[in-house]
Amino acid sequence: MVLRRVGARAAWLLASLLLASLLIFAATNALPGDIAQVMLGTNAAPGEVEALRERLGLNEPFLVRYVEWLGGALQFDFGTSHISGRSVTSLISSRLEVSLWLAGLGMVVAILVALPVGAYSAMRRRHLDGTVVSVLSQVGLAIPAFWAGIWLVIIFAVQLRWLPAGGYVSHWDGIGQWARHMILPVTSLALVQASVISRYVRSSVIEVSHEDYFRTARSLGWSRSGALMRHGLRNIAISLLTVIGLQLATLLVGAIIIEQVFALPGLGSTLLLAVSQRDLVVVQAIVLLLVWAVLLINFLVDVAYQLIDPRLRRGAAA
Amino acid sequence: MKRATLYVGLSLIAIVVLLAAVGLVWTPFDPTAVTNNRLAKPGWPHLLGTDGFGADILSRIISGAKICLLVGIVSVAAAAVIGVPIGIFAGMVRGWLGEIPARLSDILYGFPALLLAILFAAALGGSTWTAMLAIAVATVPAFVRIARAATLQVMSLGYVEAARLSGTPRLSIAWRHVLPNIAPVLGVQASVSFGIAILAEAGLSYLGLGSGPQQPTWGRMLREAQDWLFSEPLLALWPGLAIAVATMGFNLLGDGLRDLLDPRLREIR
Repeated sequence: MVLRRVGARAAWLLASLLLASLLIFAATNALPGDIAQVMLGTNAAPGEVEALRERLGLNEPFLVRYVEWLGGALQFDFGTSHISGRSVTSLISSRLEVSLWLAGLGMVVAILVALPVGAYSAMRRRHLDGTVVSVLSQVGLAIPAFWAGIWLVIIFAVQLRWLPAGGYVSHWDGIGQWARHMILPVTSLALVQASVISRYVRSSVIEVSHEDYFRTARSLGWSRSGALMRHGLRNIAISLLTVIGLQLATLLVGAIIIEQVFALPGLGSTLLLAVSQRDLVVVQAIVLLLVWAVLLINFLVDVAYQLIDPRLRRGAAA
Repeated sequence: MKRATLYVGLSLIAIVVLLAAVGLVWTPFDPTAVTNNRLAKPGWPHLLGTDGFGADILSRIISGAKICLLVGIVSVAAAAVIGVPIGIFAGMVRGWLGEIPARLSDILYGFPALLLAILFAAALGGSTWTAMLAIAVATVPAFVRIARAATLQVMSLGYVEAARLSGTPRLSIAWRHVLPNIAPVLGVQASVSFGIAILAEAGLSYLGLGSGPQQPTWGRMLREAQDWLFSEPLLALWPGLAIAVATMGFNLLGDGLRDLLDPRLREIR
């Protein structure tokens, strides 16, 4: 049963990866006017434009170009940037490190903060401190991550001078410097994520505490946190999975903006530079990668549901 | 205390609406003026001071409220107008035909507003319109999902079943029974989406992909404030505060409405 569902989900994943790629390719190709002209600007000589059209294969029909582009993408060949003349693949792989660290650490730190905070505000929900924590998470929900980042820079980089205001040092070049450069960006991304996640944790903890099995465990002498650890973790894990799936896109987007705040050389800043230079080949490639990543991780989340939640295994609730 | 969330939310929204309404007819100074009175401290006549170009910050905040609400209203309304009928259709029609829209909206879920806006900006150039378009398209799946789920519930109600069996046309069931029943849930979704739209617009104009320089937005103000972090950190305070107030207003309104709809859930959030 589980296998069949996973199989069906995987087939759907393939279909959605394909459709998403078509959407992206169409969005950047169905432009009014001539792409080569757009990329080179209005001052370009006609001969130059024609040469670029030839190089981009623009004289071919749309579907042929799409298939060639997708075929290349599947072999990690995204073409060459028309600005720098560099292969897009090498451009992306040199920038991937920063983005992976930022998004990955951002999510991990957010979860590590949100779990205890959410559980605490749920357990203490009828007390002042629990309410205060809950209100704080509401505030965190409304704050743009980049604003949090700007204030972290003002406080820790400008006023206290403890940490650098921006830039990046690869962990290959020194783990200490790398950490110093990552603390503020990761914190600003994680703070906002944590307030979202902690609200999910909070409501799932409260839900568990209303369940009969929780009350029974309590009446058998389990302490509140003990009963929660014993019976609540699976429920909390399920709601965590949900929120990770939902928040992933927000996280990647947040990372793009945070890269701007801290001048980090990641995928986001490469993407924005490419947009301003009208380097459509690079834009297509990076957007495709990000969207595919979101779809792929949502697929993994769905599969994980099947493994964690026994109710789904019987196919009772879809 | 019972409806505190709702009232706090409404008051915050009222502040933003008031600012925008005032901004339609009057601002203390020209919000886009470039003057020699740069980086003035808060005081008289510039209550919040001036920015690096010498423009009055309060005027820019007031002017930014307009764009914030405009983008929110247009993009959320457009998303609802497109998404709700699709969601109702998907909830009423059984079989693969009803599955398709739900599945397609799942794919769109993989395209956050900002990525769409980047695609559009790369293709068309960034503007208030591309920002609205991107946010609207990115918001559609949320409405499809919620409308579909709510419709499925309504369709299982006894009297809807009765109407269906007595041969009432589908369109009139959708209009007379489904839509009124799911309207409250849609209202909650609209409020939540509005908050998300405000954050998205702020992010876009921070990145320079939103409205042009002639149109002061809170996000753009933050971007400009970043040049002065070392000497004038206060510049980064007001626009961010405005974004937070607006977003929190709509988030709280959404929560408050949800509590009204289903008081049992109140404790959970």
